[in-house]
Amino acid sequence: MNSGTEHTVKAFDSDINELRGMVAEIGGRSEQAIAKAMRALENSDLDLAAEVVREDKLIDDLEKRIDELTFQTIALRAPMADDLRELIATFKISGVVERIGDYAKNIAKRVPLVTQTHRLRPISLLPSMSKIASELVRDSLDAFARRDAELAMEVNRRDQIVDDFYNSIFRAVITHMIENPKDIGEAAHLLFIAKNLERIGDHATNVAEMVYFAATGEPMPERTRGENPTTPLDEALSDEAD
Amino acid sequence: MNYDQKILEPNESVNMTDSATTAMNTESGTPKMTARHVDVFYGDKQAINDVSIDVNMDSVTAFIGPSGCGKSTFLRCMNRMNDTIPIARVTGEIKLEGEDIYASQMDVVQLRARVGMVFQKPNPFPKSIYDNIAYGPRIHGLATGKEELDEIVESSLQRAGLWGEVKDRLDDSGTALSGGQQQRLCIARAIAVDPEVILMDEPCSALDPIATAKIEELIHELRGKYAIVIVTHNMQQAARVSQKTAFFHLGTLVEYGETTDIFTNPREEKTRDYITGRYG
Repeated sequence: MNSGTEHTVKAFDSDINELRGMVAEIGGRSEQAIAKAMRALENSDLDLAAEVVREDKLIDDLEKRIDELTFQTIALRAPMADDLRELIATFKISGVVERIGDYAKNIAKRVPLVTQTHRLRPISLLPSMSKIASELVRDSLDAFARRDAELAMEVNRRDQIVDDFYNSIFRAVITHMIENPKDIGEAAHLLFIAKNLERIGDHATNVAEMVYFAATGEPMPERTRGENPTTPLDEALSDEAD
Repeated sequence: MNYDQKILEPNESVNMTDSATTAMNTESGTPKMTARHVDVFYGDKQAINDVSIDVNMDSVTAFIGPSGCGKSTFLRCMNRMNDTIPIARVTGEIKLEGEDIYASQMDVVQLRARVGMVFQKPNPFPKSIYDNIAYGPRIHGLATGKEELDEIVESSLQRAGLWGEVKDRLDDSGTALSGGQQQRLCIARAIAVDPEVILMDEPCSALDPIATAKIEELIHELRGKYAIVIVTHNMQQAARVSQKTAFFHLGTLVEYGETTDIFTNPREEKTRDYITGRYG
């Protein structure tokens, strides 16, 4: 994005720096929300889950503040070129990251409903899946902070791993449901949690796409899939994962 | 020299290590004006360094750049206004419809009718509104009688968006109009001699935002009828009125391309620094 040279009007730089700080903060908070929600799930820690739900308010507030300042800066400073691209990216990223926070909150809300799910084998995949999803969130925001188009592309590629996790969990949960109809309720929650993580991965790639645009002025090239879906179920799952 | 080797597509950035600073638009047919390897000297000082550019009929071209970058100097070369400065010397080639405007047989008065100019400060003649417009057509013999002259005056004022405001007081002095009206009168005066190109040197810098908006709307309406080149310090204005933008810096043409590209994704770091306000 920018060369690091300061603007002649210093107040413009301070607006931009304030925005960058807030984006880093909202990113950090969402990442933390995912980690806490997953820890709450693993340990059936209802207090921690409640904390995630409460703290989502802070993420929502940050999004509002980012949007206000971006809007103001565009109106008052009439930014051009890389400045304009960065501000547009900031505006969109704040919305996407706020959604990521919502998914973490949604996972936390399900914690009280799945306290018995430890009997469900597929749950063992969730911590690894969430680890990768949060890494994508962190890397996409690092890419924003460093204006790193390469890292953004890399986040986009790695989202495939999260999608693959989701597909495996989906199959495993369905199998479990067929074999243990009495667990269907909890298994459904588990599936939603996996879906939330999968959506978090998608949103991280949305952030990465905005970073790429802000850094280069071009849209990110389309992601190329590793393998072609072979069955109707594969196809449906892969469409969902988009 | 083989000029073809130096021709760039729009938005292709200029290779700064190359001695020639060249840009050309090839997408919309024959350009109205072409400049090749133009140098301008004021005495020993070189003000323009090897500028090549094409100006098209169907687009408004904006020249932007910091003070002293040569954009006005270059604009003035396009209808030989620099001839009036004794120490100014222009080399290279500027053509209007393929005709070398610096050729010895070129009639400069005729040239300035074909390539009209509007200045920073409105400069109506201290005559009536009617005579301000009628002056050019009279000396160039464009009208055979009073009726025809009346028609030219009306249509020129119509095109400049001023007719409705002045039609009942054509005998009033041009200098009695407001600044914005005076500037539109000057544009009407330029239009009256049926030019091919209109050069505007910061035409709105002395006007308030409403008068500025009217001139910008007028530029938009005149686009296509005349090739228009506008020099402006106001980058928002360049972004609003032009389809092609040329960025000048220290007498060279740094970048020339589509206005949307220049303002969203410039290729050259110098252009980027200037338009984002990092120019120090």
